[in-house]
Amino acid sequence: MKLAYWMYAGPAHIGTLRVASSFKNVHAIMHAPLGDDYFNVMRSMSERERDFTPVTASIVDRHVLARGSQEKVINNISRKDEEQHPDLIVLTPTCTSSILQEDLQNFVDRASLSSESDVIPADVNYHRVNELQAADRTLEQITRFHLDRARSRKTLDRSVTNGPSANIIGIFTLGFHNQHDCRELKRLPGESGVAVNQVMPEGGSLKCLKDLPRAWFNTVPYREVGLMTATFPEKDYGMPYISITPMGISNTADFIVQIGKLVNVWAYALSEKRLNYKLYVDNQTKFVSQAAWFSKSIDCQNLAGKEAAIFGDATHAASITKILVKEMGIRVSCSGTYCKHDAERFDEQVRGLCDEVIVTEDHTEVGDTIARIGPSAIFGTQMERHIGKRIDIPCGVISSPVHIQNFPLGYRPFLGYEGTNQIADLIYNSFNLGMEDHSLDVFGGHDTKEVSTKSPPTGRKHINWIPEAESEPNRIPGFVRGRAKKNTEVFAKQNNISEITIDVTYAAKEKLSS
Amino acid sequence: MKTLEIPTFECETGNYHTFCPISCVAWLYQKIEDSFFLVVGTKTCGYFLQNALGVMIFAEPRYAMAESEEGDISAQLNDQKELERICLRVKNDRNPSVIIWIGTCTTEIIKMDLEGIAPKLEKQLGIPIVVARANGLDHAFTQGEDTVLAAMTHRCPEYNRRTADQHEGNIARRVAGDVAPNRKFFDGKDRSSGGNLVLFGSLPSSVASQLNLESRRQSISVSGWLPSQKYTDLPALGEGVYVCGVNPFLSRTATTLMRRRKCQLVGAPFPIGPDGTRAWIEKICSVFDVKPNGLEERENQMWKNLSDYLEIITGKSVFLMGDNLLEISLARFLIRCGMVVYEIGIPYMDRRYQAAELLFLQHTCEKMKKPTPRIVEKPDNYSQVQRMHELQPDLAITGMAHANPLEARDIDTKWSVEFTFAQIHGSVNARDALELVTRPLRRRSDSILGCRNLSRQAVNV
Repeated sequence: MKLAYWMYAGPAHIGTLRVASSFKNVHAIMHAPLGDDYFNVMRSMSERERDFTPVTASIVDRHVLARGSQEKVINNISRKDEEQHPDLIVLTPTCTSSILQEDLQNFVDRASLSSESDVIPADVNYHRVNELQAADRTLEQITRFHLDRARSRKTLDRSVTNGPSANIIGIFTLGFHNQHDCRELKRLPGESGVAVNQVMPEGGSLKCLKDLPRAWFNTVPYREVGLMTATFPEKDYGMPYISITPMGISNTADFIVQIGKLVNVWAYALSEKRLNYKLYVDNQTKFVSQAAWFSKSIDCQNLAGKEAAIFGDATHAASITKILVKEMGIRVSCSGTYCKHDAERFDEQVRGLCDEVIVTEDHTEVGDTIARIGPSAIFGTQMERHIGKRIDIPCGVISSPVHIQNFPLGYRPFLGYEGTNQIADLIYNSFNLGMEDHSLDVFGGHDTKEVSTKSPPTGRKHINWIPEAESEPNRIPGFVRGRAKKNTEVFAKQNNISEITIDVTYAAKEKLSS
Repeated sequence: MKTLEIPTFECETGNYHTFCPISCVAWLYQKIEDSFFLVVGTKTCGYFLQNALGVMIFAEPRYAMAESEEGDISAQLNDQKELERICLRVKNDRNPSVIIWIGTCTTEIIKMDLEGIAPKLEKQLGIPIVVARANGLDHAFTQGEDTVLAAMTHRCPEYNRRTADQHEGNIARRVAGDVAPNRKFFDGKDRSSGGNLVLFGSLPSSVASQLNLESRRQSISVSGWLPSQKYTDLPALGEGVYVCGVNPFLSRTATTLMRRRKCQLVGAPFPIGPDGTRAWIEKICSVFDVKPNGLEERENQMWKNLSDYLEIITGKSVFLMGDNLLEISLARFLIRCGMVVYEIGIPYMDRRYQAAELLFLQHTCEKMKKPTPRIVEKPDNYSQVQRMHELQPDLAITGMAHANPLEARDIDTKWSVEFTFAQIHGSVNARDALELVTRPLRRRSDSILGCRNLSRQAVNV
């Protein structure tokens, strides 16, 4: 047992439901007790979904506990089949059904005899995988199910499209800015002459899945979901895939270079012509994206050398780290992710870019690390935003888990060239604005509010500041103020000083600069 | 008693959306200030809590998950040792006066003996441990509170009539200090009523003191509340104590109070709306043999104060999908306000505990010359949406899972959870209740663009 207050990634069934309900005309039936259909609330509220979420529960109650589900699950499947005629019904296990060890496969087999819809059980183990891994697995499972069947029925269309085309895999409901990213992603290859064959699973129709292999290649924008779905067609059908996340200028450029490579293999074979994407990338980088110019502009000078801490899912945390360090010259003291299953690759991505890497699912560990470092800005999830609030450090939200305000109505992609603009805004606005900061230093600050004295989430021993000394750190430039204060306290502690006077602050400063 | 035609009850499939009963920790940890709630369950439970309680989770709440791992499920780990380790940490970090274990579906299925372990750990740690099985296998949403209060009933001190007479003053003063700091209510004639009244149900302290005041007006003093603001202030229970519920979902607590603590239950309608509050207090008066005083004028005054809201809702129709067991009382209040209620969905209907409320509903329908609504126990949300499509009610009181889709189909909705968290008890708060009910209807009148239906989906769901 583990004492837990908060979690970054949800339980496995949430991942399955997110994928299933993203497809068109797919219905998920959860084998769960009353109240576990909270997913419907999240989708309806956060995504402001106007249609009923295609998820129902086959309720596990006392009777089920005593006698097993018996006909209940099957009846529920048949009923949904009759009422709504979905293309596919996904029977979704929850923690409850995994403990009960009911034979869901058996229910599915029996139900498929009588129902017009296809029925499959989601193959996820509650104890072994989290929300993201389950989503990845379910997407693969559904895709494989349809491709295999199409192949056995000989309806699988394996001729590639005439012009270059791509599938986008991994856009789905409740994903962080997924809808906007999708629109941007469609544009990105589109402008370089690549058509979008299919987007999966969001809005995807199962009837069209058999045409999936017609695309020239697959793209998987996010690390967390879609890689499994992209790897098996590579093996079975020789379909290449791109797993670069086009987030930030250099990543986007890499992404397009990859597209160029894959397209040219075929283009050369078909017409002995090579397409050149270099010009396109140059033009986009210089003029469509403002980010390159922005980081060169004088405004961005104020950001140089400032410190940031980053935490989020593997995709976003790694990409944002890269952007901050390579494209904006900001120092990243700490970069981390809660995607423990992807730790190795995350480490590889950010190594050399930041001082320390943390991989943890424990938000108090993240909070402690941030409090210890005391960066000028945090880029993280909603949890880090609250950590930041508590210790007076601004935070930009860059990754799930998120609140409703992270499902904006306006166009806010994180991917592609428009994404670079959005990210630049987000980063710039998160740090205190340059001139404001500067004038605060000159005039000793206008805010009477105490800075950084709120205690960080875990106990730091309280040290008394006498009032005159208290005003001393206010003369220090804002963005290093928190750190100076902390250094003074550390110095005091080391020297067994319980009260900090002005002398102590100077002594600490001297000690540090010596 | 004149027997009336009892409304028709129906029972559907139980395929409806509601909150998991563990959500009761959200309001109970705030109510019982020195408590700590430990939910013994899985990630699923934790995920629900953290999403349902939203911002609260960031405020270092006095609740946490004891999250079962694979070793716990397969009994490779010893439950008692695991819980001991966790509770010790809670004790060191927070030092609560009581730890409340919330049993979940998981603990039921793997038959974790929480009730057996608790007394042992209680001795070891020196902190009372109360076990409440608020799981989704047996209960819905607000019934979670019922399980906690029922468990807490056993922890209340014994009421002793002989010594109580001497101590009553002290107890009354202590409770008074808790919820109604005004001393003057507790001197003079109140002691002459001789009864000892304990109210049960968790209400914000301001609402609790309003209800105290309501009964004080009739010279009946409330000697305690279950739950109290502090665990250490639980009311004394025993033979000779009258108990009265303030919420319709507390049937298990009522049963426990009667059977195990030998209290006498005052079966009254619930104090929701001016009509409910009056009926509630009248029933209490009748038990204590007190002639109610000025209640009618007071009720009329309250209705007068509500006239602007009544204007909006009179003649409008409402459909309650059902998820928090407040539905009967709410429907009765709304009928009295002049609304037509098409259907009352309700997770669970205890006809004995709610008998007075049901009768009152019946009377209200007759008085207002409105048809008796059908009461659907364990409703089926899918069928309900079909019915709603037929009936086209002016307002649907529903859970959040259905609110947006119904709005997109041109049916105004009000989230039912809000009635659980808002202050709707007592005549003073009737305005708040109507504020909630009328909000979607007031918004309608100045709706933009004139587009009615904003859904792309076909008619049937």
